[in-house]
Amino acid sequence: MSQDRSAAGVRVELVDLRRRYGEVRALDGLTLEIRPSELVALLGPSGCGKTTALRALAGLERLDGGQILIGGRDVTDVPANRRDMGMVFQAYSLFPHMTARENVAFGLRLRKVGSTERLRVADRYLDLVGLADRAARYPHQLSGGQQQRVALARALAIGPRVLLLDEPLSALDAKVRSQLRDEIRRIQLEVGTTTLFVTHDQDEALAMADRVAVMHAGRLEQVAAPTELYERPRTARVAEFVGLTNRLRGEARDGAATVLGISVPLLEGSVREGPVTVLVRPEAVELAPDPGGAARVVAASFLGSIGRVRVRLSDDTFLLAQVSSADVARFGHGDPVRVSLRPVPALATEA
Amino acid sequence: MTAGLPRISSAAAAPLPDGRSAGPRHGVRRGIREVLDYLGILPFLLFIGVFLLWPTCTVIVGAFQDAEGRPTLDNLVAVAQGTYLEAFALSFALSAVTALLGAVLGGLLAWSVATGRRDSALRRVVAAASGTLAQFGGVMLAFAFLATFGFNGLVTLFLRDRLGIDLFAGGAWIYELPGLALVYTYFQIPLMVIVFLPAVEGLRPQWREACLSLGGDSWAYWRHVGFPILWPSFLGATLLLFANAFSAYATAKALISQASPLVPLRIGTFLTSEIVLGQANLGKALAFGMIVVVAATTVLYALLQARSSRWLR
Ligand SMILES: Nc1ncnc2c1ncn2[C@@H]1O[C@H](COP(=O)(O)OP(=O)(O)OP(=O)(O)O)[C@@H](O)[C@H]1O
Ligand SMILES: [Mg+2]
Repeated sequence: MSQDRSAAGVRVELVDLRRRYGEVRALDGLTLEIRPSELVALLGPSGCGKTTALRALAGLERLDGGQILIGGRDVTDVPANRRDMGMVFQAYSLFPHMTARENVAFGLRLRKVGSTERLRVADRYLDLVGLADRAARYPHQLSGGQQQRVALARALAIGPRVLLLDEPLSALDAKVRSQLRDEIRRIQLEVGTTTLFVTHDQDEALAMADRVAVMHAGRLEQVAAPTELYERPRTARVAEFVGLTNRLRGEARDGAATVLGISVPLLEGSVREGPVTVLVRPEAVELAPDPGGAARVVAASFLGSIGRVRVRLSDDTFLLAQVSSADVARFGHGDPVRVSLRPVPALATEA
Repeated sequence: MTAGLPRISSAAAAPLPDGRSAGPRHGVRRGIREVLDYLGILPFLLFIGVFLLWPTCTVIVGAFQDAEGRPTLDNLVAVAQGTYLEAFALSFALSAVTALLGAVLGGLLAWSVATGRRDSALRRVVAAASGTLAQFGGVMLAFAFLATFGFNGLVTLFLRDRLGIDLFAGGAWIYELPGLALVYTYFQIPLMVIVFLPAVEGLRPQWREACLSLGGDSWAYWRHVGFPILWPSFLGATLLLFANAFSAYATAKALISQASPLVPLRIGTFLTSEIVLGQANLGKALAFGMIVVVAATTVLYALLQARSSRWLR
């Protein structure tokens, strides 16, 4: 692909973005930097301001405060149609009266590119998204997944400085979704365009992104590579939003907490002294069938590659443990088990 | 706009969800089901037959018969010339003008309503008012109009007595075609709003935003996206307005008392006045002419509507 402009991705900086709708602070001081050619997934619960942030970056949403820099240049006041952003919406954004090819060529048509040239480019991008043979179809003749591929091709065909995707897969079924997400990632790596990808699906975010930015109530909670986000969450919200966690009572002292009689090292950002709640991943919990064990199995479920067992502790709190799928059968309802923890670093918050 | 390409609905191409096969037993049962389904619409078919098809057939057959029931083309030849032809031409012109006026003004109104907030009071008021006003044709409308703008209408008197303006300096236009055109436009505009509003509301905000992010301004959006998508609906709605005006009778009857310059009024005189010997079926020939015009319009409308609704679905 001759991606003259986007081959070297640009840096995007969102600085202290603010936006209110009446009493609702959709963006409440959001600051985020996206490195050149990076794919950042914006993750967070519904209503936390992801769409607002993305639309602000696209120029489709007015801001009450803050600054947006693209490639070091302040574009806060540049209108949407001069920002050179490729945008893929949640669904149904293709122009219904144009064929797939005409849709993809549309941005170039607006840029006064001659018709032979723009159709050639359109075909190249349709090829990139694997739809060369559907070029003459109208949107209503394409499946949801195919429509989103065309939308991606249309966004990329203008050689955008930044690619913006707002839950582009949420209207698709699970199988198409995971297939298409791999493909979007492949294409993004190939063209090298700096990309912001909004999703509320943590699997999607962790699977696709170079870094994941977790938002809450209009602000950034943490931005980090997927593994780091998972293993070293900075806040309880991040720990609970990404992956599963158990909340266990413990006592913190000298950078470690004692939980269920076991000493667990504490992550940065933890409460260091006194009674705490320790957030423990199911993988860090070990179970062993033991007639003398104080815990009882509540339920064991087989999830394909892994298994999960829920147990009730002697103090009537519940605990979720991850076991190998082969071991699921060893835990029957009501069986006594012994619980221990692996000393994986964990986050501790106020009890 | 590209037409004539094969369009395959993805839903139609999909296999049956539960992969059931239409075996012989299923076939019989389904056959009975289908018959039962049709039984339900039997009253409707009867109604259509008695009150629509039968009269229509009578009119069509009569148009090709003389007073003694012998086949002839004389009736059609007679209504295709002279004052009858003029009546057709006038009816056509009046309908075309009011349809265009109604389409443009009503279209703009629908657009301004649709671009407003979804839950705005303006939108509800316009929708409700349109629903009423579009039905508010006929004698009522003509009366209201005359009470306001007629020779002794409120506004007329006010203008004449207080401001010295004579609305009728140029003649009794209100009782002639210009007045009729004005009154017709009154119900054409709300009808346009009712028919066209769904199409305007079918324009998705994502299309505008996609166009914007691809580098287009508002003008580019309307030129390349909004207008081409709305165009078939607009044309279709205009044709509907045309047919609506073409067959309107009561309003014209109430407003125009002496002459009968329009086809529906002409047919009216055949219904009420004594029949001239040998011209018994002229009225049917006129009605036949109207049926042809309205049917052609309706077919055009259906074709255009089918084309546009495919996109808006
Ligand atoms: N046009 C608007 N008018 C009023 N409030 C709005 C508007 N757009 C967004 N909001 C509010 O701003 C907040 C953030 O909305 P936003 O759409 O950015 O959330 P989101 O993170 O994208 O959520 P989701 O995952 O459900 O899409 C929400 O509380 C929402 O109700
Ligand atoms: Mg959203």
